[in-house]
Amino acid sequence: MAAHLSYGRVNLNILREAARKELREFLDKCAGSKAIVWDEYLTGPFGLIAQYSLLKEHEVEKMFTLKSGRLPSADVKNIIFFVRPRLELMDIIAENVFSEDKMHSPRDFHILFVPRRSMLCEQRLKEQGVLASFINIDEYILDLIPYDGDLLSMEYESAFRECYLENDQTSLYHTAKGLMTLQALYGTIPQIYGKGECARHVANMMLRMKREFAGSQNQILPVFDTLLLLDRNVDLLTPLATQLTYEGLIDEIYGITNGYVKLPPEKFAQKKQGEASKDLPTEPKKLQLNSAEELYAEIRDKNFNAVGAALSKKAKIISAAFEERHNAKTVGEIKQFVSQLPHMQAARSSLANHTSIAELIKDITTSEAFFDNLTVEQEFMTGVDTDKVNTYIEDCVAQKDPLIKILRLVSMQSVCNNGLKQKVLDYYKREILQTYGYEHILTLNNLEKAGLLKLQSSSRNNYPTIRKTLKLWMEDANEQNPNDISYVYSGYAPLSVRLTQVLARPGWRSIEEVLKMLPGPHFEERQQLPAGLHKKRQQGENRTTLVFFLGGVSYAEIAALRFLSQMEDSGMEYIIATTKLLNGTTWIKSLMDRPESQSS
Amino acid sequence: MMKNKADEEDYWNSSKFKAFTFDDEDDEFSRLKESKRAVNSIRPLVDEDDDEEEVEKVSWSGEPVGSISWSVNETAASNQRTDREPAFPKINTDTTSISKSHSGYSLSALFKGETHRSLSDSSVRLYAPELRKPKSEYKVTTRLTAVSLEKFRSLQDKLLLLDYAVSAHDGNVITAVLIYLKRTLSKEVLFRELTDRQTALRHFIHYLTESKDQRLLLELLRALGRTEDMALLQYKEHLGIADENKRRDFLKSCLSLPFSPEDSVHVEDHYTLLERQIIIEVIPRKQEIFQKFPRKASILNMPLITTLYYCCFYHYTESEGTYSSPLNIRQTFKLSEKQFFVTALAARAKLKAWPDVDALFTSRNWLGFTRKKSPLSFQRVVDVLHKNSAPTQVLQDYVALVDDAELRITLAQKHKCHDIVINTYRDLKDRQQLLGYRAKMARGSAEERKINELLNNSQIRWKN
Repeated sequence: MAAHLSYGRVNLNILREAARKELREFLDKCAGSKAIVWDEYLTGPFGLIAQYSLLKEHEVEKMFTLKSGRLPSADVKNIIFFVRPRLELMDIIAENVFSEDKMHSPRDFHILFVPRRSMLCEQRLKEQGVLASFINIDEYILDLIPYDGDLLSMEYESAFRECYLENDQTSLYHTAKGLMTLQALYGTIPQIYGKGECARHVANMMLRMKREFAGSQNQILPVFDTLLLLDRNVDLLTPLATQLTYEGLIDEIYGITNGYVKLPPEKFAQKKQGEASKDLPTEPKKLQLNSAEELYAEIRDKNFNAVGAALSKKAKIISAAFEERHNAKTVGEIKQFVSQLPHMQAARSSLANHTSIAELIKDITTSEAFFDNLTVEQEFMTGVDTDKVNTYIEDCVAQKDPLIKILRLVSMQSVCNNGLKQKVLDYYKREILQTYGYEHILTLNNLEKAGLLKLQSSSRNNYPTIRKTLKLWMEDANEQNPNDISYVYSGYAPLSVRLTQVLARPGWRSIEEVLKMLPGPHFEERQQLPAGLHKKRQQGENRTTLVFFLGGVSYAEIAALRFLSQMEDSGMEYIIATTKLLNGTTWIKSLMDRPESQSS
Repeated sequence: MMKNKADEEDYWNSSKFKAFTFDDEDDEFSRLKESKRAVNSIRPLVDEDDDEEEVEKVSWSGEPVGSISWSVNETAASNQRTDREPAFPKINTDTTSISKSHSGYSLSALFKGETHRSLSDSSVRLYAPELRKPKSEYKVTTRLTAVSLEKFRSLQDKLLLLDYAVSAHDGNVITAVLIYLKRTLSKEVLFRELTDRQTALRHFIHYLTESKDQRLLLELLRALGRTEDMALLQYKEHLGIADENKRRDFLKSCLSLPFSPEDSVHVEDHYTLLERQIIIEVIPRKQEIFQKFPRKASILNMPLITTLYYCCFYHYTESEGTYSSPLNIRQTFKLSEKQFFVTALAARAKLKAWPDVDALFTSRNWLGFTRKKSPLSFQRVVDVLHKNSAPTQVLQDYVALVDDAELRITLAQKHKCHDIVINTYRDLKDRQQLLGYRAKMARGSAEERKINELLNNSQIRWKN
C-alpha cells in the first residue's frame, strides 16, 4: 500500500508505521465498538497513514462526516471525534453531544485532536457545557506526513500567513516538534544550516529541546547528514512563477490535494470493445499521483515540453511487450508472458491516463493566454521593464481576469524590482480596487505585510545582483535533457534550490554578499553525536540532506531538488519537508481576506 | 502611443524569449497523439475489470476502495436516516463566561514551584521526542478538579508564569496563561506588560482574533500605537453587515479612522460608491431597456468599474448632473480616460449600439473627423468588440485602423475582413501573398474578382 515510501534513500515508511502504531493505541483505549466522526479536512491526510481496514480491525464500525444537528444512529459504544483544533468545529461537536438522546443507549464520547490539543477549544467546549461529557480528550501528533519516498509535508495551510503576516509562531513550534520526532526515528542530525528568521527560530527551539532532554541519548545511527532550514520569505519569487514541470502544471491547473487530483472526466471515458459509448460521466475523475506509479515517477519532474516524447517512448515499449505474445511458443514462455500481464495492464492504463492528462494540459499551455502570461513572467524574472506599469497586467485587469492572477503578476514584478515606485504601486492598487472591489484593501495590505508587494526604498534594486550571482536565469535551459535546475521553469532557476545547491558545493561562504541581501540571518549549528555514532562513510557514498521549507514549497522546486539528487556528480541526496505543498495561486489565496468573495 | 507600438513590435521580433514555444519541426505533442494511438491499439488481453490483487481497486471517483474518505461515505450511506430531526437549537452561552471560566488545564501542576524543569507534563512531551507514550489516561474530570492557576496572585508571580510559558514555546500553554491573566489583571497592566513580551503579545492577539473579541483587540492595538492595523480591522467589520444602509453608515463612521493616506482615499471612495449605488438601485426601472435586458443582479456592493458598466448600459444618455450618469461617475471617482473608454466601449458594444461606439472615437477629435482616435490600441478595441460579437462590417472599420501592417493582416484574417487583407497586400505590393490568399477565397466571390483585378492591374509594381 505504501511501498513507495520505502524506495528512497531514507525509509519514510518507518515514520508512517510509527503514526499507525499510535493510532491503534488510541483506538484500543476506547474499548468496545466505535464510530468515528470526521472533520472532513482530515480524511485526506489520514488516508496517507491508514486505510479503513486498519480502523475496522480496531472495532470502528461506522464513520460519519462531522456536521451540525444530531448524530446518525449507530449501535456502538463509543463515538470518537477526529478533529482539528478549531473553534467552529467545537460548536458543532457541542451540538452533536447535546442532541444525543440520553435515555437510549448512552454512548461514550471521545475527542482526538489532530495535530494538537488546544486550550481554546477545550474552553469552548466547557462554555458550551459539554466538556464533562468526554471520557477521553487526546491529541494525535501528526506533524510530518509522508507524501512520497522523499517528501514530507505538515499540510499546515496557514503556516506562511501565521508566520509572516500575523507573526504567530505556533507552526514553527510544530515544525520543531516534528523534527524532534524525525530525529527520534532517524537519529540526530549532526549539521544544521539555515537562512531566515523562522529558520533561526526553529533551530533554536530544536537545540533547546535537545538540551532540556538530556536524559537519554539517541542511540540511532544518523540517517541525515545535514538539515537545511529555509524561510519561504527568503525566496518569494519562485512560487509566483508558473511551474512548467508536468506535476507542477497539474497542480497549477487542477490542484493536487493530499496526493490526489480531480480532472474533467471527458477524456477518461472508457470505451469498451463492442460497447456503445455510454453517457459521459459527469463526476470529475480522481487520480492518485505518487511514485508508486512507475510512469508517473518517470515523468512527473520533467519539463512539460519533454513529456510528449517520454510518453511516446513508453508507448512503444508497452506495444512491444504486448507483441511478445506472438513469440511465446512453449508453455513456459506463455506462462511467463501471462505472469507479466498484470504489470503490463497496469502500465497500459497508466499510460492512457497520463496521455489524457498531457492532452488536457497541452490545450492550456498552447493557448495564447498562457503564452502571454509566461512571457510577462519571464520578462520580470530577467528584469525587463520591471519599474513601470505593465500593459499586459493593465489589460488583464481591464478584462477582469481572476484577481489572483493579477496579484501573482504584480507581486512578481514587485519582487523582481525590489519594490515598486510609489506611482506604479498606487496605480496598480487603484486599478485593482476599482475593478475588483474596495474591500480588497485588506488583501493588498496583507501582501504588503508579507513583503510580496512593497514600496521601493531608496536603496537600489539588488535583484539583478542576486540573479547574476546565483545564475537565476539561464539563457539556454535545456528542457529535453536538462543539465541545470533552471529547466523546471524553462529558464529560471529557483532561488531556494540554488541556495541549497551552493550550500552543498562550494558552500555558502562563496556567496556571503548575496546572503546578506536576502532577508534574515544565515547560520550553521552542530549537534553533538554520542561517541560511536559517527558515520564511517564509504568511498563515493552520497550524503543526505533534509531540506525543510518553512512556509511552503512548490512542486517545481521539489523537481529541481530531485534533479540535483540524480545528478551523478552531486554527491548529495535530498529529502524534502515542508509546512505545506503550494503553488502561486493557493499561496496568494492563503494571504487573502475573504478570498471567496473574490469576483471572477 | 504609436512609437510605443513600434517598440513593442521591435521587442517581439528581437525577443530572446522563447517563452515555451512549440517549434514545428520539434513538436513533442504530435507525439502525444502517437502515444494515444498506441494506447488504443493495445487491446486489453484480459478484461480490465477483473484486476489483479496488487493493483489497488479504485472507485470511479478515484478514491481507492477502502480508503478512509471512501469509507466515510460508504458507512454513512448505509446509515441514511429518513427521519432526520431538525438541528438542535444552539445553546445560548453567556458571553461573559469567557472571562469567568477557569482554565481547564491543571496548569499549576505544570508550574509547581518555579524551577524550570517543572513544566512537567508538557515538557516530558516537549523534550521526549521518542514516540509519545499514551499519557492522558486520566479522565477529564479529574483534571478539572485540580488546583488551577489561582495561587499565582502577585503580579510578579503572574508575569513569571507567563515568561515560563513563553520559554516553553508551547502556544497552548501560553494561551492558557494569557486567559488567566486577562481575567485577573486590569487591561492597562496587561497591555503594558505584553508590550515588552512580543511572543506573548502575538499569542494574545491570535487568541482575541479567534475568540472574536473585537472590542478588546481594537483597544489593544490602539494602546500599542498600531493605529493602521486597528483602522483596517475595524473597516473589515463592514463585510459582516448585510443591510446596505447600515453598511453605508458604518463605512461613513470609518472615514475618521487613522488609515494610511492612500487607504483613507480608498475607504472614502468605497463609502461614496455604496452611497451612490443605493441611490441608483432605487431609480424606477421603467425604461424599455430594462425590459429588453432585465438586470441579472442588484448593483449594490459591486465594484466601481462594474457600476460604471451598469450605468453605461442602462443610463448612458443621462446628463452629467444625475447621479446615475456615466459621466458623473467618471467625474466623482476621477477615472482615467482609458478606464472610462474601455468600459463604455464594452457596454455599448454589448447593446450593439454601434453609433455610440463610433461616437466614442470621433467625438474627441476636433481637428478633423477623418481619423479616429483611441486611448486604447486598436487591436484591443477589436478584441473588445469581437468579445461582444460585433459583426464583420463593424470590426473591419477598426481593424483598418491598426497601424502595423503585419498585425493588421493577422487581425483581418482572424476576423475575416477580406477587403483589408487584400488592400494591405496591395499596398505592400506583395503579389505572392495575394495569390496565396486568392486560393482561400470562394470561387466566383467578390473577393476573388477583386484580387484578379488587382493582379491584372499593370499600374502596380509588384515586389515579387
